[in-house]
Amino acid sequence: MAIELKMPALSPTMEEGTLAKWLVKEGDEVKSGDIMAEIETDKATMEFEAVDEGTIAKILVAEGTDNVKVGAVIAMLAEEGEDADSIEAPSQADKAEAGEGANAAPKEDQPADKAPNAPESPTPHKVETGARKMFDAAEHDAENADPEIPEGTEMVKTTVREALRDAMAEEMRSDDRVFVMGEEVAEYQGAYKVTQGLLDEFGDKRVIDTPITEYGFAGVGTGAAMGGLKPIVEFMTFNFAMQAIDHIVNSAAKTNYMSGGQMRCPIVFRGPNGAASRVAAQHSQNYGPWYASVPGLIVIAPYDAADAKGLLKAAIRSEDPVVFLENELMYGRTFEVPKLDDFVLPIGKARIMKPGKDVTIVSYSIGVGVALEAAEKLAEQDIDAEVIDLRTLRPLDKATVLKSLAKTNRLVVAEEGWPTCSIASEIATICMEEGFDDLDAPVLRVTNEDVPLPYAANLEKMALIDADKVVAAVRKVCYVD
Amino acid sequence: MAKAPARSRKSTPPKDNRERPAEPQRYKASKDELLQFYKDMLLIRRFEEKAGQLYGLGLIGGFCHLYIGQEAVAVGVQSALSDKDSVITGYRDHGHMLLCGIPPKDVMAELTGRQAGISKGKGGSMHMFSVEHKFYGGHGIVGAQVPLGTGLAFAHKYSGDGGVSLAYFGDGAANQGQVYEAFNMAELWKLPIVFVIENNQYAMGTSVNRSSAEDQLYKRGESFRIPGIQVDGMDVLAARGAAEEALQWVRDGKGPIILEMKTYRYRGHSMSDPAKYRSRDEVQSVRDKSDPIEHAKRELIEAGVSEDDIKTVEKEMRKHINEAADFAENAPEPEGGELYTDVLVESY
Repeated sequence: MAIELKMPALSPTMEEGTLAKWLVKEGDEVKSGDIMAEIETDKATMEFEAVDEGTIAKILVAEGTDNVKVGAVIAMLAEEGEDADSIEAPSQADKAEAGEGANAAPKEDQPADKAPNAPESPTPHKVETGARKMFDAAEHDAENADPEIPEGTEMVKTTVREALRDAMAEEMRSDDRVFVMGEEVAEYQGAYKVTQGLLDEFGDKRVIDTPITEYGFAGVGTGAAMGGLKPIVEFMTFNFAMQAIDHIVNSAAKTNYMSGGQMRCPIVFRGPNGAASRVAAQHSQNYGPWYASVPGLIVIAPYDAADAKGLLKAAIRSEDPVVFLENELMYGRTFEVPKLDDFVLPIGKARIMKPGKDVTIVSYSIGVGVALEAAEKLAEQDIDAEVIDLRTLRPLDKATVLKSLAKTNRLVVAEEGWPTCSIASEIATICMEEGFDDLDAPVLRVTNEDVPLPYAANLEKMALIDADKVVAAVRKVCYVD
Repeated sequence: MAKAPARSRKSTPPKDNRERPAEPQRYKASKDELLQFYKDMLLIRRFEEKAGQLYGLGLIGGFCHLYIGQEAVAVGVQSALSDKDSVITGYRDHGHMLLCGIPPKDVMAELTGRQAGISKGKGGSMHMFSVEHKFYGGHGIVGAQVPLGTGLAFAHKYSGDGGVSLAYFGDGAANQGQVYEAFNMAELWKLPIVFVIENNQYAMGTSVNRSSAEDQLYKRGESFRIPGIQVDGMDVLAARGAAEEALQWVRDGKGPIILEMKTYRYRGHSMSDPAKYRSRDEVQSVRDKSDPIEHAKRELIEAGVSEDDIKTVEKEMRKHINEAADFAENAPEPEGGELYTDVLVESY
């Protein structure tokens, strides 16, 4: 009985990939552990190893094929004693998944003698998770282009990952003092491939692999900034930056004040923040509210690629220390980025992603996608929601929030993070203190559940925000339910 | 299984497989140099005594850590620096600042929390900086200055300015994890830095022996291949000699080096420390036998400087410090508006 070899999922967020190269050909014998193919994901090139022993009977997806969906059958393996020539390709329906580029011609051999209960090769099982729902929601684009973009500007489809890399590369080209340091940023090309290509262009003087020593290299970066350089310190995730938070807060944020304004610390701490997919409690925290509570820090958490680029460039240029919170689930998302020589966005300015008149939904980072999806659902229910992306968490653009509240009189905050002492709490307070007369209903918070993020897919889904939760809160503040 | 060869009883210690710095020589100071060292140590002693006095009068608040007893370390080491080099230390920082050339009145006015203070009164004793004088703090978190100083060394190497970073820390900080993270990177990247451990024998109230499994702190870099030298930190010329050797090592591109300065503070950890963890006799005995200023004075007299000349120096120093104290006492406090300045550099 032939074994179907299926396109593997090589990362928690991988949906499809490129079958870069076959290292075996039809008729080759393979045994467990042999490398059969190279598969490129958006992050890396991975090797695809054999698990079972047998003979490669058929290769169904040619090398060089892009967009091969996870789970698509890419080859057939004949087991010992089986006639490789007699193996047939699986049905057309399965092959259709292999993407447009899949061009392996099915052989017109006689059907194989398939046993009734033939064991299938393990199918990558697509569990519906909370992260996947947020990831899908992150397909939503803004209705409003940023007002800073001149009309007629060419827009280029760019992933958030590329946008961040482009921002760093452009700033490194224009300022010799800018350098990148962190774990795996150089030779490995970035744990999440954000720094891809920087080592080649700028060399190991300016793109520096560090030991696994967050506290230490955050301090070294901060000291280098005090000494006149402009470091970009990458954390593999902000969860690991907890080891380094002393230098971010005590050394970087407070120095300018403590020195009476003479000693600056122009540094960017950046990396993914918040929940990814099924990585559980210690790798899933949103630190936005923590850093946003610290005077002396700038805190930025962009949603789409254009903001990622424009705001990272602004962060690198700033004379102040910046915490730049990215999101792993967003790295592979594609958005339009204006093609301009020097696209820099203002720090401290929120963006109206979708105008509306009935209710305001405030969010940031990956929550913006959730808010936009909710707005779409609400439109079907004749509720016209305005969606605001805060973009900068400190200093917070209160004016944009309050102006929107004055228009809609109802406000919901959607935040992928814990509820207690959150950005949502802060927005609610601002509305109370400065927008009380504009409120027709209490401000509601839609946040993750107040628990460490669980691993199990169903529990994770329950814990994270989604559009339906936002819709329910909006209906409540609109007194529909 | 084959038997392991019997170990020779007379085995000699394994030979070093790497270069080591030479044993430092006591610095041969000219009469003028020695006089300058004496003046500098006296400046710190008188400054700190005055600070202690003002603290007692309620003019200085919060935490105030005095450097009395340790003067030979900073004077010996910093006298060997060039103006390209950077200095960073912890919260016992007044002395190091004065040696960087920061006027005593600017430091004293910071201690009294006045607008004329080096940090406009917003930093206080533990948080003072002067970019102009390449003094980078003044850090209140024990051990933070070690990675920060390593970062300054990184900046020196990156910009190729030929400068060296000098990072002071105490025997207490020597047990912080971040110190070893910094050691690792400093040696890995061959950064130009001298780590000066000011071992005054007490981390607040805990003696080195009670807190350190390896109490010979100069060896603390060994597992990172950073050589260390133990120095009599009560002798300004020994300190200077060791600094010469260390700076040569670093300037030759051989990477970081550690100087463990064995020293002693006469006063408590801070002004609010009753120092019950050691006897009065212990302190008095160090003062009597090893005081760095008295030591230098004896050598000055041996070198032919008259007692009268020394008295004149002492008198002038007292006057100088009294002026600084008067200034710090009478200078106005910061304007209320200063509360909100310097939080960020730019406006957003």
